[in-house]
Amino acid sequence: MSRFEVVKTGSSASGAPPTTQKNVPHRNGEPNPSAKALQEKFPSAIERVEVVWGETVVFVDAWSVHEVIRWLHDDESQRYDFLSDVTAVEYRDAEVPIEVVWHLRSLPFRRFLRIKAQLQKGTALEIESVYDIYRSADWLERECFDMFGIRFRGHPDLRRILMWEQYREGYPLRKDFPLRGRFSRSEQLRQALAQNPEARYSMEELSIADAFAELPEDMRERLSKGERTGE
Amino acid sequence: MGLSAPSDRDVVSYTPEGQEGWVATRLDFLVNWARANSLWPMPFGTACCAIEFMATAASDFDLARFGMERMSFSPRQADVLICAGRVPFKLAPIIRRIWQQMPQPKWSISMGACASTGGMFDNYAVVQGIDTIIPVDVYVPGCPPRPEGLIYGIRMLQEKVKNERAADKGTRDEMEPDPSSQLYIPPSLIDELGEPFGNSVNQTRSGL
Amino acid sequence: MTRRTVNVELSTTGLDAQGRPQRVPILTDDGGGLALQAPPGIEPDLEGEHMLINIGPQHPATHGVLRLVLELDGETVVRCIPHIGYLHCGFEKIGEYRQYNQIICWTDREDYLNSIGNNVAFALGAERLFGIEITERCKVLRVIASELSRIMSHLVWLGTFCIDIGAFTPFLWAFQRREEIYRLLEKWVGARLTTSATRVGGMAADIPSGWMDGLRQFIRTFPHTLDEIDRVLTKNAIWVGRTVGLGVMTPEEAVNWGLSGPMLRASGVDYDVRKDFPYLDYETYDFDVPVGTNGDVYDRYLVRFEELKQSVRILQQAADRLPDGPVNIDDPRIILPPKSKATSEMESMIHHFKVVMEGPRPPIGESYVAVESPKGEKGYYMVSDGTAKPVRWRIRPPSFVNLAAIPKMVEGHLLSDVIAINASIDIVMGEIDR
Repeated sequence: MSRFEVVKTGSSASGAPPTTQKNVPHRNGEPNPSAKALQEKFPSAIERVEVVWGETVVFVDAWSVHEVIRWLHDDESQRYDFLSDVTAVEYRDAEVPIEVVWHLRSLPFRRFLRIKAQLQKGTALEIESVYDIYRSADWLERECFDMFGIRFRGHPDLRRILMWEQYREGYPLRKDFPLRGRFSRSEQLRQALAQNPEARYSMEELSIADAFAELPEDMRERLSKGERTGE
Repeated sequence: MGLSAPSDRDVVSYTPEGQEGWVATRLDFLVNWARANSLWPMPFGTACCAIEFMATAASDFDLARFGMERMSFSPRQADVLICAGRVPFKLAPIIRRIWQQMPQPKWSISMGACASTGGMFDNYAVVQGIDTIIPVDVYVPGCPPRPEGLIYGIRMLQEKVKNERAADKGTRDEMEPDPSSQLYIPPSLIDELGEPFGNSVNQTRSGL
Repeated sequence: MTRRTVNVELSTTGLDAQGRPQRVPILTDDGGGLALQAPPGIEPDLEGEHMLINIGPQHPATHGVLRLVLELDGETVVRCIPHIGYLHCGFEKIGEYRQYNQIICWTDREDYLNSIGNNVAFALGAERLFGIEITERCKVLRVIASELSRIMSHLVWLGTFCIDIGAFTPFLWAFQRREEIYRLLEKWVGARLTTSATRVGGMAADIPSGWMDGLRQFIRTFPHTLDEIDRVLTKNAIWVGRTVGLGVMTPEEAVNWGLSGPMLRASGVDYDVRKDFPYLDYETYDFDVPVGTNGDVYDRYLVRFEELKQSVRILQQAADRLPDGPVNIDDPRIILPPKSKATSEMESMIHHFKVVMEGPRPPIGESYVAVESPKGEKGYYMVSDGTAKPVRWRIRPPSFVNLAAIPKMVEGHLLSDVIAINASIDIVMGEIDR
């Protein structure tokens, strides 16, 4: 019998009820108390803390991100239970590294925190996945991979989500990817039409349906070597 | 010098035997009247234009008075493919397959700017006009077109249907581009012809 | 502020002893109450292979171009694999090549049911990035715009949800109401659906004279339609039978899966961005946030229905408190100067030229502003490097994260329930795929 108790947001928050923020300063505003707690708990992993337009941004070393986010989720004084977004930012300046951004919300404490990790361009763009902490990271990280090419270690099913799987032009949101794509319009159309809409079942789906056992021998061999039929 | 004798090629024949008889024209009229007033649309609705299409089908603008209230979502039972909304490259084979599944006689309406030309989405992801994938009969401009605009486009299509003649042999033929015909333009030539207008390889547009 | 939450109670049966959702049978001769009885013993499905079927991407009931691959055991869904991306149009990429005021046109098209609400959300984000405070009149107008768009979006959801379950008439009633809102928007900004009504620092236009009368007329007559739909649906045994007990998400699961909006509130978590991280002075408006207790499709319906009523309440208050004064801020570097000045004074002409050709330039920084869209927590994350075009424009799409939970929600349900559950998420593919 499903009947749930109403979970009130801000049950652990102190102070007055929230109001619309007005006249927020550009820099050096009041930081989120979690930033101080993080600096005390992980002094080596936290590179710096900024407050931009009232939002606290914590720069974390890329190798410790998972540990930090796990602590933010589990610790009773932090309880960041809602992962709002996982995304990445590439700047126009070629020297500046790519930043992976996590937007976390603590519903009991009514707090908002932005965690950033920097990945140097030219190295392999890889970072830990937070799928085991937040299920919402599943599709958000897949999209980040699709658009930027950032691999999330530990993600169970990292494949393209918005573009089709054999998309060959690259990772669209990178700055070296031109707005209209790398190929000409006719080539893009030809590649798009070359996909066969009916042969779009992936390995996973064919194996579910036991159709795999009925496929011809050579096709089964090719599929098990990793060739994709479609999606 | 002077006038040369007219060759056979230049003379158009209007002999009575070449024209249709009274029965054929009446039959054409009947068939076209029936087709035009009961076009069953297949709403291939993807984005905002689909909402305006739904508003056109709803009470205030009412497509039912044109015989189009029966939306057939199965292409095999449809007459008109109304592509309402932007079509990305991932969706391109789908719309092509849907078009191929529709039986003749079939028409298509490209509703909105994005279906007609790619609209405001001149980028890597969107097909720049579905007429690169399927043949289009009527283009309805707008972003999204007002319901009155769509109805105007539907009326234009009805006029087109009414002007078809059974004697025109080639109208209802499915055409696939035949590489050996002179109508086929190879992709390299397309790229060359389109170059002054900028394409993704050369990015000759003004940085917009 | 009075009561914070409205507990919506209904005695549902939920799950039976085998853990399957219970069905409420069609009313026989009870005459009055709902006959909630346990269904007869469920026969086990015949032994056999699982079937793989494909729904979409072209399908009337998928609310856009969504493809669901279902593994079925008879008619029960064992697994569901959704595929999206069929409407991916590169919004975020193109945002890097457009000025901030130009991006407002794109925000209409992504969640096209909530277009003016998206305009408001983007303008708030851009104003945070620029460090601008907008005028009081603009704030109230934006609240009116957001609530009108909430009503529009919920009406489409209601209409299409009803069609998916099988009831066609509420669709026509809902769209007729929407036409009234369309007429109001057309008088205000000139467009029905793709409004582009806001600008950085203000609105594209102030409301014309006589517009408020039209709004009050709408506020007066809209609750009658809601009552009509309520009479037809809420206690209807077929409706209840088709929606109760489906797609249940517990509160902890819902928060962990990142659900927001009515999906989350139907599961019992009362997170509403308007109350918890307020914007546009929402804390000064008196309204309730409906919260369900069962987390099923029926509760989502009740929550959205109640939200429609609350939106009317907010509109009434906003209409009463609309102050006079300018709509746009007085900074000519950001917002266009009035045409009379631009054609007569040199300085205004230069400002006009700069704002149109180059666009307003914010300081270096970033901002993330989230609003409560009808679908959930909608956020625009913008990063600026000092130029007129953003470095990164990220849309946090609520439907994207909500839809990711569909494999969890449809497991164990029947094929026809998949359609009902899919409809209850209220997805907009334009926002999911961007």
